[in-house]
Order: sequence, then C-alpha cells, then structure tokens
Amino acid sequence: MRTKSIFRVFLLLAILIGGFSNQTLASGGNDAPFNPGETALHHIADAHTFHFFGDIYIPLPAMIFYDRNGEGITFLPSSASFDIGKSGNGNIAIDRYVLQHGVVRRIKDTSFPMGKVNISWEGHASHGNDHSGHDHSGHDHAGHDHGQKEKGMKDKIMDELDKGHEVQAFYNGKGFDLEDRTTLDGGLAGGGMTSYMDFSITKNVFTMLFVAFLLGFVFLRVAKAYRTRDGQAPKGLQGFIEPLFVFIQDEVAKPMIGEKHYARFMPYLMSAFFFILGLNLLGQIPFFPGSGNASGTISITIALALFTFLITNLNGNRDYWTHILWMPGIPAAVKLIITPVEVMGVFLKPIVLFIRLFANITAGHIVIVAFVGLIFVLGESGKNLVGAGVGAVAATFLTMFMMALELLVAVLQAYIFTILSASYIGAAVEEHHHAEEAH
Amino acid sequence: MTFLAAARFWPILPEPGLIFWTILIFLIFWTLMSKFAFKPIASALAKRNGDIEDALKTAEQARLEMANLKSENEKLLSEAREERAQMLKEARDTGAATIEEAKDKARQEAQKIINNARQEIENQKAQAMREVKNEAGNMALEIAEKVIRRELKGDPSQTSFVNDLVNEIKLN
Repeated sequence: MRTKSIFRVFLLLAILIGGFSNQTLASGGNDAPFNPGETALHHIADAHTFHFFGDIYIPLPAMIFYDRNGEGITFLPSSASFDIGKSGNGNIAIDRYVLQHGVVRRIKDTSFPMGKVNISWEGHASHGNDHSGHDHSGHDHAGHDHGQKEKGMKDKIMDELDKGHEVQAFYNGKGFDLEDRTTLDGGLAGGGMTSYMDFSITKNVFTMLFVAFLLGFVFLRVAKAYRTRDGQAPKGLQGFIEPLFVFIQDEVAKPMIGEKHYARFMPYLMSAFFFILGLNLLGQIPFFPGSGNASGTISITIALALFTFLITNLNGNRDYWTHILWMPGIPAAVKLIITPVEVMGVFLKPIVLFIRLFANITAGHIVIVAFVGLIFVLGESGKNLVGAGVGAVAATFLTMFMMALELLVAVLQAYIFTILSASYIGAAVEEHHHAEEAH
Repeated sequence: MTFLAAARFWPILPEPGLIFWTILIFLIFWTLMSKFAFKPIASALAKRNGDIEDALKTAEQARLEMANLKSENEKLLSEAREERAQMLKEARDTGAATIEEAKDKARQEAQKIINNARQEIENQKAQAMREVKNEAGNMALEIAEKVIRRELKGDPSQTSFVNDLVNEIKLN
C-alpha cells in the first residue's frame, strides 16, 4: 500500500517535471536560433548525467576513463565530482576531463595541468561572435584564418551552425579545445580514436542496469511464485509474465528451433526479449529513470547481436558448416559463388539484427523530438506566442500518435530481434536429413 | 571537423565502453535469470502441463467410470422395478387366490351348514313323523282297545297282535 502511494507521488512529480524539461529543447544557446536537428541529436546521445530540468542535472556514479597515452585510469565516484554548474557544465577539470552539457569530454592540449583544476566556461558566448579573437588564444586554430577567406555559401551556413558548438573550456583566461571519447568506427561515421576511452556508468549503462535489476526483481518473484504456488493457477505478476513466457516458448522457440533443441536456448531468447523490450520501453519515458536511448544506440545493439552471433556459430552442427562452406547437391562451379555468399551471410545476419533494432528505435525518438521541436520552430524560440500555441497543439497530437506507434515498435522490435535470433540458432542446430544422401 | 565533433550522431558510433558494459550486464543478467528464473519457470510450466494432462486423463477415466456406474445403476434400477412389478403381480395373484379360496371355503361351509340343516330338518321331520305315528298308533290302539275291550274283553292274543302291528308301523 505505502509503496503504491510513493509510486504515485513519484509519477506525478515526474510528469510535472517532464513538462518543464521541454526547456532543454531551447538549450542550444540563449541567443542562437533553435536548431531542431542538433536538439534531436543531443537528446538521443549518451550522457554522463540525467538532465532533470533547467540547470538541475542528476549525477551518475562511477566515472572511469582510460587514457590511451599511458596516463592511466581516472576514476571518479560520480559525475558530481566535476561540480556540475550552469547548463550542465562542470566547474572543475580532473585529469583534463571536463563536463560539458552533461557529457564528459577532454581538453585536447596536453600542456593543460593534470589533477583537479578550476575552469570556467565564461568565454563561451563570445566565442562564436568574435571568432578571430579566440583564434589567437586557442591553440589549434592557427590555420583557421586563411581558410575563412575561401568560404562559400555552404561553408558560411556551416559556420553559423558551428556557433555555440565550438565550445572551449577556459583556464587562466585561455580557451582550450575539447575532444570526445574514442569510438571504434575508424572515422567512418565521424568518430575515431582519441586520447581516452570512456568506461563510465553513463545514462545508457545506467538504463541497462536499471532494466536488468527491474527484470531481475520481476522474474525472481515470478520464479518464487512457481515454487510457492506449485500446481496452482498463475496469479498477479506471474499471470502477466506466464503468457509472454509461453508465447516466446510456443510461438518463437519451438517453431524456429524445433522441439528437440529449443529448451536450452529458451533462457537466452527470454533474456534478450525482455532486456530489449525493457530498454525500448524505458527509452520512451521522457524523464528519469527513462529517457536513456539505450536500444537506439548502436554500441548496445552490436553487443546484443554479438551474443546471437556467438550462440549461433558455437552451436552450429556439421550440417550447418557443410551448408556454408561446401553446399551439398550443387555443381562445384556454383559452390565457388555460393560459399563466399554464405560466409558473408554468417556475418550479415547479426549485422542486420543490430542495425534494424538501432534504426527503428532511434528513428522513433528523432521523430518525437522533431514534433516537440515544432513548438519552438513555430514559436520562433519564444518570440511568437501564437505560433508556439499552434505548435503546442499540433505537437501534442503528433507526439501522442508517434508515442503510440513507438509503443508498438518497442514490442515489435524486441519480438523481431528474438524471433530472428531464434531462426538463426534454429538453422545452426537443424539436422538436414536430405544432406545424408548427398555426402 | 568541429561541427562534427559537437553535433555528432552519437548513437551510430560504436563505443568500446558501452559495448563492454552491455556485454557484462547482459551476460550477468542472462546467467542469473537462466539459473534462478527461466529454467525453474520452464520446468515448473512443463511439470504443470504434465499435471494438467494427467488430470484431464484421470477426469476422462472418471467420466467413463461414472458412465459405467450409471448404466449399471440403471440396470439395477430396471431390475428392481421389474422385480417390484413381479412381486406386486404375485401379491395380487396371491390375494385373488386367497379370496377365491376363502369364497370356496365359505361356499363349502355354507353348503355344509345347509346340508346339516337339511339333515337336521330331515331328522326332525322323521322323528316328528315317528312321534306322530307313535302317537297316532297309540291313539288308534287306545281307541281300538277301548273298542275291542268292549268287544273282546280279556283276549290277550288280540293285544299282542295289536302291539305287533304298532311295532311294524315304527319301522317305517
């Protein structure tokens, strides 16, 4: 009874705060025009804090950074160590790591002192307006000036967009450029190797932990119910989970893997289904502890697809490998074509698995942010109240529709990931009787 | 470059930290749930499925047995009904026989009584006739005596002759 009322109060507060948190949409800069694209990217990106509303950021625990140039590991008990100030900017730099807009970045310049250092973000606003002034104080801007003369129209637009992004941290009146954490795309998607790797409990990691604990709690209770209420009809939480369990068992595992082998893959399929479903649904809640775009982050879907990849290929029987490497029953010349295609297929299967999940969830989130952004686009960032009103009404209906659609997508994508995993596993453990004659 | 650095499309960038944490968290989740939730739930469900199947089978058997019992009962009942009808019929027959017998007896008795009465009447009649004869004989004798006495005073042969005659009358 008590937990229920606490939950209600929490929900009410969260809804109220969720309304206020729309303010963040305009946080692209006080003077800069509202940029829906940038806002969307900011909202679906990972962070080292939970943005509540206004200048209130919830710090996350265990900040772990690994320096690739031999400076070692920096461990901070929480992102509050950066002394979170205005707009989620930290007032302290630790081992050159700083918190900017709720996200940890690093000061590029190795001459910057290590350890705890007070910094400011004062020069931030003037930076975009007075470009050349900072070029002399900044270190990496030496070649910037002569490039400016040859800028075309497109570059000028890009330059406009750059204003407010080109953030520098200031120490002793001097501006320092920032760099982002290492990504493994090799520069293909705009990332690349930098001086450090980030192993912190970020918003996405927190979301996964939250989902894992929540599901753990639910499933242990359900499992306990099966022990204590042995032989009785399911009730409550157990009654809610059982049809889902039976659904995955009878509609996914059995038809895809077969009666003989399905049982040993059930735990994986169940774990994957509920873990992804949990991440999908939690990502749709626009406030703490939701709002983490975990299943719309490719790192996470890659890791999940990796499990399917490993389970499939580690359980592949002789038939499976024969069919990939030397397909029986076709001429040798055709085999030379088929085999590379089949080998590619081994890797493509999990790749489409993670791209599909990532793309569906991310697309949904971007569309929702874009719809909410209508308020600010039509309202001209607060200058046009009538436009804002029209935008608010339109955005409410569009967002409601989109959220309903996203609910469907959340369940559907979890189901698709599970059923495709099951079908890959099924293909790996299936016994081909016709193959026996061909050998 | 700076533009990309600031407004990066983060979700599509594979990050070692996130991949590491996802693998770790999911691996632990999977292992623990497999051991403490999904396997026990699956076996509990399988067991319950078996139990339900058994129960259904038992119910079917019980139903068949019930049907058997019912038909047996019906058989017994119809037998009992038949028996009752038999008994009733027998009782009715017996009753009728008894009544018939009683009637017969009564008729016989009545016949007997009637016969006896007739006999008695016959007897009484015979006695009365004898008495009348005797009386008539005696009176005739007396008259005759008186007559004869007057004519045949003291003749004993006459007296015995008359007595003989009287006795002859009595035999009738």
